[in-house]
Amino acid sequence: MENFQYILPEIFISVSIMLFLLVGVFKKNSAGLIYNLSNISLVILLALIINLSSLDTIYLFNESYLIDNLSNYMKIILVGSGIFVMLTGSKYIQVINLNKIEYPILILSSILGMMIMISSNDLIVFYMGLELQSLALYVLASFNRDNLLSTESGLKYFVLSALSSGLLLYGCSLTYGFSESTNFDQILINSTEFNYGTTFGIVFILVGLAFKISAVPFHMWAPDVYQGSPTSVTLFFAILPKIAALSVFIKFLYTPFANMNDQWQTIIVFISIASMIFGAVAAIGQKNLKRLIAYSSISHMGYALAGLATVSNQGIQSSITYISIYLVMNLAFFSCLFMLKRNDKYYENIEDLSGLSKKHPILSFSLLIVLFSLAGIPPLAGFFAKFYVFLAVIEQSMYFLAIVGLLATVVAAFYYLRIIKIIYFDPEKEEYETSHNLGLKITLAISTIFILAYFIYPSGITEIVSKITMI
Amino acid sequence: MNFPILSSLILLPTIGALFILFTKSSSGKYQSSKYVALFISLANFLLSLYLWYVFDKNSVDFQFVENREWLSGFINYKVGIDGISILFVILTTFITPICIISVNATITNRLKDFLIAILIMETFMIGVFCSLDLVVFYLFFEAGLIPMFLIIGIWGGERRVYSAFKFFLYTLLGSVLMLVAIISIYWITGTTDVEKLYELGIKAEYQNLLWLAFFSSFAVKTPMWPVHTWLPDAHVEAPTVGSVLLAAILLKMAGYGFIRFSLGLFPIASENFTMLVYILSLIAIIYTSLVALMQEDMKKLIAYSSVAHMGFVTLGIFTMTQQGIEGGIFQMISHGLVSAALFLSVGVVYERHHTRLINKYGGLVSVMPRYAIVFMIFTLGALGLPGTTGFIGEFLILMGAFEKNILVAMIASLGVILGAAYMLWLFKRVVFGKINNQELKSMKDLKTYEIITLSALVIPILFFGFYPEPLMNSIEASVENTLNMYNFDLINNLASKD
Repeated sequence: MENFQYILPEIFISVSIMLFLLVGVFKKNSAGLIYNLSNISLVILLALIINLSSLDTIYLFNESYLIDNLSNYMKIILVGSGIFVMLTGSKYIQVINLNKIEYPILILSSILGMMIMISSNDLIVFYMGLELQSLALYVLASFNRDNLLSTESGLKYFVLSALSSGLLLYGCSLTYGFSESTNFDQILINSTEFNYGTTFGIVFILVGLAFKISAVPFHMWAPDVYQGSPTSVTLFFAILPKIAALSVFIKFLYTPFANMNDQWQTIIVFISIASMIFGAVAAIGQKNLKRLIAYSSISHMGYALAGLATVSNQGIQSSITYISIYLVMNLAFFSCLFMLKRNDKYYENIEDLSGLSKKHPILSFSLLIVLFSLAGIPPLAGFFAKFYVFLAVIEQSMYFLAIVGLLATVVAAFYYLRIIKIIYFDPEKEEYETSHNLGLKITLAISTIFILAYFIYPSGITEIVSKITMI
Repeated sequence: MNFPILSSLILLPTIGALFILFTKSSSGKYQSSKYVALFISLANFLLSLYLWYVFDKNSVDFQFVENREWLSGFINYKVGIDGISILFVILTTFITPICIISVNATITNRLKDFLIAILIMETFMIGVFCSLDLVVFYLFFEAGLIPMFLIIGIWGGERRVYSAFKFFLYTLLGSVLMLVAIISIYWITGTTDVEKLYELGIKAEYQNLLWLAFFSSFAVKTPMWPVHTWLPDAHVEAPTVGSVLLAAILLKMAGYGFIRFSLGLFPIASENFTMLVYILSLIAIIYTSLVALMQEDMKKLIAYSSVAHMGFVTLGIFTMTQQGIEGGIFQMISHGLVSAALFLSVGVVYERHHTRLINKYGGLVSVMPRYAIVFMIFTLGALGLPGTTGFIGEFLILMGAFEKNILVAMIASLGVILGAAYMLWLFKRVVFGKINNQELKSMKDLKTYEIITLSALVIPILFFGFYPEPLMNSIEASVENTLNMYNFDLINNLASKD
């Protein structure tokens, strides 16, 4: 029983979810209350996780649940970004009439699912967590049910995600069949010899995970779902599932399949290169900012995966650093998006940014910083993210991956520059509202300053991340 | 630890920019912010002069070195200067106040933003010349793209968007390969500290590829033929001040990089690729001079002449002789002054007559006699008349070239003649002749601030033209040191092969 103290965060959040459900059922018009309560519970959750994070590696429940440096760090950035996602979206969901009790509860359950995914050390526990987060996400995607695009995106996400879950499950069963265990460590021990069954298992599992992370060629859902979902949900989609999926990626590749890196390395390199190039090229023609950021996130996932392809601790750490910086950039970008509001209508086309810099200098400056950072131009944070990844990639002499990746950044720079051009060089349009809620402003300020001032003390994140070792 | 003079030199403009950001804009005129910017940049100039004064010219070591832990221990923030870089630092701090004084002529909207962009730019430019770590160098080198992109894009001419994109993407494409090379150097040698790399040396087997990666970046920035095409576009569309910064300082980053990194780190590869650089430089000198002859737009003509002049610079540097390298550096300083002056001169008439087409002008000597005089001095400086800085640079480069390869030197000498042709022809068409256009008659001669900026440029061009000793003094020891190291590495490598 003493083990329970280690999963206190998970227990706490499950109890809160049920409690909020009860409150929602018995108390009328309690949507706002639950929203705020959920946010507070996330803060408490974060505190609980940080409190636990000083501990060493701990195996729980017959070694099916693992708490270590990786899971702690990932949970911290997961819940931390969850708080900011809630903060930035609070006004948005009121304006477009989505402020229902289910919304924060679904977000919380999805976060719970992700936490289980991150900590899982067993195929079954992992799958349970994955499905919990996915189920919540299906509903969230189509949460704006009167909107055609939103329902379409929910359905699309559901169908494709179900397919990929099926593949993943098939991969899990193959792996189980050939390695005679569902426990990650046991699989590692049992799969010392090469056999086709496990290789197929790896391929199917990687396909399923690549879908969750929206890496090419399993990215097709991302643009539609990003565009169709309510913006606050898109922000959620852009950050949290990626953190969870990336950490599961790290887990799978470096625990059960660590002996078979010659099998999966090529796959990861291919997925990475394809995502970097496709994300960069396909974004050029986009008109909708949410769609554009979907392609941009595809290419960013390519860079994060490039770090994983290196089979080195340095590479894993660089990927984790990458996703940490990536989430801050996305937070900043979406905060800017939430500020494009006029008469209770949110604008999300690139053209709507035309000449923004004349009337809204601060907002435009933040966008400028974010976009240059997304493009990876020094001295902004985005550059360091890429720098660490390429440092790891070149250490393993994977020059082809490095050069293709860097050339893709040049292509990607083009569409980021195009947005900057529209903001700064084009004639101005109507003014947007300037009063925004405090949470949004704080998020934008913190994330922009983080991106801008990252170069002053760049070792901060790397020092924390350097504790995470898998090999 | 002494006072961190280089870091303050780098940071001061940024602090000034922050200060301007928070100054109140009085009824849209922003005069106060202009004075702040001017004050900051002049202070920076004086600081750099002081630096020159206390700088030990006989020492070959890097001086005023600051070394701080930066990227969790494995990459340090390291700055320092030697006899070569100090000149570029002073050039930067000298050109920036001139730019700021001439701002109100061309910039009508968003003056405050413009001043901030220029000051930030100054930070990055000084940073490039001071950095003694490859990653820090790359950081400054690339970061300069952001303000320049905005300067061209926001305050530029009609085709500014196209030019800004071209400038940004060309330069970025060249630079990413340099990043790969820098990271590779880190894994090969375990450090990116330039001083340590000089000592350690890089194995011969890696040098060729690394050299090419650096070359791809510097060649775009220099710019060398055939990747020079961004320069005329960027120059024509940029506002006058942007062109001045671009021509006077940004182009010099690459020439500086060639000396510091290509020669310093990869001597064997530099020796291997000498012929490639010669050929590209010669094409740049002859071909772009011919192109310049045919230009109808004044700015475009000067832009092409910049390519030709930078061709001389690369030629001089890769002769690997004392004269050639000193000439290359001198030519860069000279071109920095002269091209800045020429772009400002074009700005003067453009502001009055709103066209840059050469055939719309003629006979300016009768309405603007003072302008005609300064413009003549700059023209003569550009074509390398003895008594101007241009002469000394070209002369030394050709001396170096004759020592190494007579054919190359002879072809390059043709470039001097072509240079004289296009510059004198430009001068003749703009300044001499009859006034055909009645509007020209009403043109006013130079205003006070124009006299200040232009004469500030005339003085060094003539002074160092007659008396180059102070500049030569400063670079001599460092160039000698670079060459010694270079030859030492080469001989060592040959010895190890046998």
